[in-house]
Amino acid sequence: MTTDFANHSESSTGTHMKVSVWRGEGNSGAFELFQVPAQENQTILDVVAWIQQQSDPTLSYRYACRVGMCGSCAMMVNGKPRWTCRTHVNKVLQQGRLEIAPLRNLPVIKDLVADMSEFFDKWVKAEAVFHPSKTRHDAIEPINPASPKRIAASAAIECINCAVCYAACDAVSANAEYLGPAALNRAWTLLNDERDSANSERLKAVSGVGGCHNCHSQQGCMEYCPNELNPTASIAGLKRATLKHLLGWKD
Amino acid sequence: MLDVRLYLLQRLSAMVMAPLVLGHIAMMIYAVQDGLSATEILSRTQGSWLWALFYGTFVLAVSVHAAIGLRVIVFETSGLRNRALTVFTWAVFAGLLYPGIQAVYAVTAS
Amino acid sequence: MIRPHRSHPLWYAFLLHRLSGLALAIFLPFHFYVLALALTEPDRFGELIEWVEYPMVKFAEFGLVFLLAVHFFGGLRLIALEFLPWSPLQKTYAAIAASAAFLIASTFFLSAI
Repeated sequence: MTTDFANHSESSTGTHMKVSVWRGEGNSGAFELFQVPAQENQTILDVVAWIQQQSDPTLSYRYACRVGMCGSCAMMVNGKPRWTCRTHVNKVLQQGRLEIAPLRNLPVIKDLVADMSEFFDKWVKAEAVFHPSKTRHDAIEPINPASPKRIAASAAIECINCAVCYAACDAVSANAEYLGPAALNRAWTLLNDERDSANSERLKAVSGVGGCHNCHSQQGCMEYCPNELNPTASIAGLKRATLKHLLGWKD
Repeated sequence: MLDVRLYLLQRLSAMVMAPLVLGHIAMMIYAVQDGLSATEILSRTQGSWLWALFYGTFVLAVSVHAAIGLRVIVFETSGLRNRALTVFTWAVFAGLLYPGIQAVYAVTAS
Repeated sequence: MIRPHRSHPLWYAFLLHRLSGLALAIFLPFHFYVLALALTEPDRFGELIEWVEYPMVKFAEFGLVFLLAVHFFGGLRLIALEFLPWSPLQKTYAAIAASAAFLIASTFFLSAI
């Protein structure tokens, strides 16, 4: 399937942009400069696609939905983690220049493609996984959508695992074992899920070396989350929950 | 890197110090009004159990708080881990507690 | 110099909190040492106290009080953030914290000169 959305070689504005793109495999690499025709309406994903389709077919990058729903196209744009399909070029162009790199805090496979394995491994490590407490033979658990716990869970539940928050977080860069904002955010939603049965394992999982207490509330996660989630708030909730658990305070 | 226990100690020592810090700043603003002299300071503090308690608590809390705070900074900026990190933390704690208690004694002993 | 992804107010609040804590931790042993001299070497203590009259030292004192106030208000903000119900006014609070700290330090400075 070819996408036609970026194969103009002519620029609609008559100018070209200087786009620096990270090229390389694994630990080694360098930025390569491309001259990309500027269009009036263009996203960063359009730019990357243009380069791969019109200039250098060896460029590797990821995307899927291209409409801001899947999170696959997340990259560092001028040093900030963003969804490239939802980033308009004229919002981020700096004096006719752009810099595009793979997501920070993750190993690079090739060019703009980051290895998401550790991100998902930490998801599991944080017990951000649903553990059912009933079987199909039991009655369905009635959940009141207005209960405080459900409201807390619902506020954090729209995460699509794009790893933008993980890339933004300096606590992740400082501690290789830190579980990270996304995994902890999900753990918090499950902690508040009345159907879940694994809360004591979960509290233990988020209290260790890589746990929620690494968070310094820099709130880069909240700043950059394209779904406007607030992992820092979720992590604060985990801090309260782990303290209560330590002090033997029954909830 | 903090586990839940260290995190609790950090927050607790902070909360203990909150009123003490305010008191200390207010006192300093008052004390420097007409210049500062050794006899002035000592005349107010010597022989006072209250000052000994105030500053003794302050010294203990700040030793705990600074030791844990520096532990986090060292963990995040260097490769120090495990036993070495624990030794460092205790060293900072002792390195503040000992001179701190000496200072409290020096200005409150009569 | 600061990486682009860090250029938002709450990251600076973090940096300020960390740097002020570090500076205070380094300053404290000297502070304790000088005070202890009051007992062991009272004359030396008297000498050192006279240094306080120099403008540079007064400026340094202003700096220390500022750092303490910054660290204190920043710490209060953190405790509020973690233990009280979440509020979206974090940027405003960070600004208020910084200005309150500055206010207190200025009071100190004004009365000290």
